[in-house]
Amino acid sequence: MSEFNGEIRKMMIILSKASLENVYAAFVLANGARMEGIEAEIFFTFFGLEAVHKGKLEHLHTATVGNPALNIPTLLGGLPGVEALATSMMKKEMERIDMPDVLEFLDILKASGVKLWACKLAMDMFHYKKEDIYDDLDGIITVGDFYKQGSGLGTHMLFV
Amino acid sequence: METQLANTTVDVNEEGYLTNFAQWTPAVAEAIANSLNITLTPRHWEVIKYLQNEYKNDSPLSIRKIGKSGVVDIKEFYQLFPNAPLKAATKIAGIPKPASCI
Repeated sequence: MSEFNGEIRKMMIILSKASLENVYAAFVLANGARMEGIEAEIFFTFFGLEAVHKGKLEHLHTATVGNPALNIPTLLGGLPGVEALATSMMKKEMERIDMPDVLEFLDILKASGVKLWACKLAMDMFHYKKEDIYDDLDGIITVGDFYKQGSGLGTHMLFV
Repeated sequence: METQLANTTVDVNEEGYLTNFAQWTPAVAEAIANSLNITLTPRHWEVIKYLQNEYKNDSPLSIRKIGKSGVVDIKEFYQLFPNAPLKAATKIAGIPKPASCI
């Protein structure tokens, strides 16, 4: 706690899911860090990779099954079209509060100095190639590389 | 509370933001910028003027909006006002700190 008075200097955020609400949580936290002068990096792993996959990032959905806070009965949530409806309602609300879509948000993060990393293991597992992924990504790295990125005092890690 | 900036007395809140925009002058802006280790250039002034106009129009500020302003892009905004750009730029412009997460 002595150095920097326990201040947060860097946020290392691991995004492992690609439902809209999780992706936005990670993005808002990273962007909010930069706005406060805190460094931020995001590690996209497993399904989190879809948030930087060119063919998929514009089609992310809100989860309607296994999401009790949405107050939709689980059985209804699984019916055809329900997830699409919930997603479009969510996107409308986000636009209303000036929330950018996923691609624009990635551009904002990049311009704000957030480092974006794809997990090598997950890339291999999903058979994704570098050209499938958002162009301005900082690289495809291992867990060890990501930990190295986070070294130094005042670094916090967050798993989404 | 009151404080002395550029040889004038101005009202500020506990974070150092001016609470009365009428007290803002370019000299006050220079003094605040100095305290943030920022030297104001013509580019800074363009951004400051833009922010003040938005404030006068009651238009809420966010990083996304700055990027779409046509005045400055996000990358340059971070270069002009390093660390916490929106907080620093609004402070220098003499307007309230935006309550924005994006």
